[in-house]
Amino acid sequence: MTTYAQHPPLLGTRDRLFTRPYTVLLFFAALGIALIAWRFYAGLGASTALTDGYPWGLWIAFDVVTGTALACGGYAMALLVYIFNKGKYHPLVRPAILTSALGYSIAGLSVMIDVGRPWLAWKLPIKVWTWNVNSVLLEVALCIMAYTVVLWIELSPAFFEKFKESGRPWLQSFSKKALKFFDKALIWIIALGMLLPTMHQSSLGSLMSLAGPRLHPLWNTGFLPLFYLITCLAMGYAIVVVESAFSATAFGRKTEIRLLNSLGTFAAYGTLLFVVLRFIDLALRGRLGLLARFDLAGSLFWIETILFTAPLIVLLMKKGNASLGTLLRAAMLVAVAGALYRFDTFLVAFDPGPGWHYFPSVTEQLITVGLVALELAAYVAIVKHFPILSGERND
Amino acid sequence: MDTDRRSLLKSLATAATMTVVSTPAIARERRKAPADAVALLYDGTKCVGCKACVVKCKETGGLPADVDGYGGGLYDAPEDLNESTRNIIKLVKDGEETAYVKRQCMHCVDPACVNACMMGALGKRQYGAVTWENNKCIGCRYCQVACPFGVPKFQWSKTSPRIVKCDLCVDRIAEGKQPACSEVCPRGAVIFGKRDALLQEAHRRIDEDPDLYVPKVYGETELGGTQVLYLSHVEFGKLGFRFSDDKPVPELQRSVQHGIYKGFVAPLALYGLLGAVMFRNRRSEDK
Repeated sequence: MTTYAQHPPLLGTRDRLFTRPYTVLLFFAALGIALIAWRFYAGLGASTALTDGYPWGLWIAFDVVTGTALACGGYAMALLVYIFNKGKYHPLVRPAILTSALGYSIAGLSVMIDVGRPWLAWKLPIKVWTWNVNSVLLEVALCIMAYTVVLWIELSPAFFEKFKESGRPWLQSFSKKALKFFDKALIWIIALGMLLPTMHQSSLGSLMSLAGPRLHPLWNTGFLPLFYLITCLAMGYAIVVVESAFSATAFGRKTEIRLLNSLGTFAAYGTLLFVVLRFIDLALRGRLGLLARFDLAGSLFWIETILFTAPLIVLLMKKGNASLGTLLRAAMLVAVAGALYRFDTFLVAFDPGPGWHYFPSVTEQLITVGLVALELAAYVAIVKHFPILSGERND
Repeated sequence: MDTDRRSLLKSLATAATMTVVSTPAIARERRKAPADAVALLYDGTKCVGCKACVVKCKETGGLPADVDGYGGGLYDAPEDLNESTRNIIKLVKDGEETAYVKRQCMHCVDPACVNACMMGALGKRQYGAVTWENNKCIGCRYCQVACPFGVPKFQWSKTSPRIVKCDLCVDRIAEGKQPACSEVCPRGAVIFGKRDALLQEAHRRIDEDPDLYVPKVYGETELGGTQVLYLSHVEFGKLGFRFSDDKPVPELQRSVQHGIYKGFVAPLALYGLLGAVMFRNRRSEDK
């Protein structure tokens, strides 16, 4: 196994931080933070479009459920590199872990904004004796908390490598010791970093099966956990492709086009597996007939299926020789398909009964935009200060 | 390496099989109402829509008036259950046919909200009543996603919101009184008693006047059974009861999750396996 300690040369760190686009990011992040303050002052009723019929909205469907799936790059890459022993992908791991750590942290923050009484949330990991072990949300919450910590630990060698070179002797020696410890212990931390997302990404799917008859039968199935697991891995690989394209444009980093091609193929096959299993599941439950009705649900199901299948066709036609642009488009399709699948399960296929409507309020939307901006700003700042990106420059 | 990959796939397959196989086993253990289960029986043929129960319920719970509903801001006339209304009488019109229906928490035998609740703020407690405890709720609203009757309401207007729902007046029952709504009903349209006894009474009324009643007691078996029972002269679907399946809502999720997580064996095995594979990969690379 290639250790974190021996990392190839870095990119990005010699660049200036406060560029014009960066200032725009900071503006939206600041706006989002201001609106978060407003949400706590005014309450959820005044700041959101949420109702008793639609108690979960944009923040849960996008920031948490879609956001953490898009943050599965670290999970997907770790599986590939450490379990399937494909060391050649190693340069893609650390940036993937960083996006995952940021994505999960933002998701955790979103949950704290969404819940009505966040000041009691400390009880969740502490008051073990109150745990309702039947609650899938409890499992999701605990796993996401633990995984966020694990991700930052997985990433911490990048910080220690920088601190090792610092002027302060105590920080130097501490960093060296920490790196030595990580060299030994990281296996078990990384294993946890694969177990936890396997658990909660699948359980995020199970969550909605508790809506029972109020969740449309095209989406409500005992296979929800498996479906969410497969799609989150596909989305994870896809996001690594997107990220690689981003660092190519933003930092002039040379992309590993071969590796990205194989990754794109993985993602596409993952989605194919999902699409096939989905039809098998419908057939087993005798619900295929629902697809012949081109109502809202039926149509959305077909749109999901097309979005999930399209990237596969695109990539298979290129036979592993796709350009970065083609790869990026295919990866985007996988990400959009996975996101739509999640929005449908949590919002569209959920029918609370007549008279209820939901469309996110401007405040909800701007807080989501602000949190994404905050995430991107943190990504760029960390990449420019710590050894995350490795590889060659295009120049 | 190859053997490891195979064993990884194998254990995943085992976990999947366990899930599928264990499903029917768990489905068979359908829950029954507790021995001390009380109930309310609402007979729609007797109700005259006076809403005395709505008023008394608000008074008992100390809940504020809702003037945003009917009545042009002059009256406490909520349109539906909401953050200040735990019990309501609704008028249902279907052409010439009209009927009243009382809505409140159904106190399910196998409540989805209790299954959902992370720290047991919602619990099925004494008398089988489903009640909410203030200090265990973080306001996640999963109970609202879960409840098939749309009962738990969230105080959207508050910065420190609570969940508002009928608690079957458990404090009054403990004092030997009956719930506020049944006590105040001038027509005996809603009555209180042991669940078994009220089921008997409901069937007796149907047998006595089969032309009047729909031949079914809603809540006897619906969604696994409830502790609020209904008699009606109008089809239950028209009264707003959307589901008539006997299957309790939490059953599917519980069988799948219990299948995967039984004894926490599968996750621990997967953790050990992941660690072992990495350990091996690293050793072979060190050589």
